[in-house]
Amino acid sequence: MSKPVSALNGAQFHGIAEVRDLGLQGMITLRGDLTKPKLKSAVKSVTGLALPKTGGILSDETGSVAWMSPDELLLLVPYAEVDAHLATLQKDLAKEHSLAVNVSDARAMFSLSGPKAREVLAKLVPVDLSPGAFEPGMMRRTRMAQVAAAFWMMDEDTFHIICFRSVARYVFDLLTVAAQEGSEVNAF
Amino acid sequence: MLMLECPYCGVTADETELSPGGEAHLTRFGPGASDDEFHDYLFMRENPKGVHFERWRHAYGCGKWFHAARATDTLEVFGTYPAQTTKPPQEILDKISAKRPGWTWRDLK
Ligand SMILES: [Zn+2]
Repeated sequence: MSKPVSALNGAQFHGIAEVRDLGLQGMITLRGDLTKPKLKSAVKSVTGLALPKTGGILSDETGSVAWMSPDELLLLVPYAEVDAHLATLQKDLAKEHSLAVNVSDARAMFSLSGPKAREVLAKLVPVDLSPGAFEPGMMRRTRMAQVAAAFWMMDEDTFHIICFRSVARYVFDLLTVAAQEGSEVNAF
Repeated sequence: MLMLECPYCGVTADETELSPGGEAHLTRFGPGASDDEFHDYLFMRENPKGVHFERWRHAYGCGKWFHAARATDTLEVFGTYPAQTTKPPQEILDKISAKRPGWTWRDLK
């Protein structure tokens, strides 16, 4: 067996904010009718979490459930537990019109942290990131410069960002340029 | 800049987050249709200076198709609504009538 590693294997950058490749992250795409009680209870049994509201994300110490579209959720679980959780989902939802897929290795995940994190990210996405407009508990899928990405806030100074693995280096480089020393905008 | 509210996400999305899908509410003519019907379905489009109804996709967001009613001359947006309909909702038509008395688009007014 080969040893799995994340796209940039823990790369870090320190500028006006800190950028970090977060390593291996288990991710399950779950598609189905989000109003079905069966789906809700399956998500609960795997993550211990309820379903987030539209555009939201719910988290605890071990994972998250994020709203991706009216019929899609993203479950963030420990990397090593993905196969077990997938088996549970597929068993619980065997009779529901649904799809659960392991996408852990299809994506890269970064953290962007520090008091200037908001304005570093605001340079790269067409999203209002001012305090009050974007807050922890919200999930936003959008475009980061030229590629698709999604992000949410862990706390007031920390974003987590996901993108496709094939553009991990592009996104990391975008973030490091946007976070370079002396590039403060002081917009917020 | 054109910004449209995605009726599924509720976010106000910048044009660069969306993909345009052309004119809304086309009736599809396929096998069994006459040549004239198929020709019109393929080629005949409105080209208004003013009120227009379009399809857009929240490509970088939730990925879903939706409809938008807007003015091509001012970029004013009258409203957006889900894709699962064959005609604009009455409240959007009323809004357009209030702002642009006498407007027409295909057989709508
Ligand atoms: Zn959307």
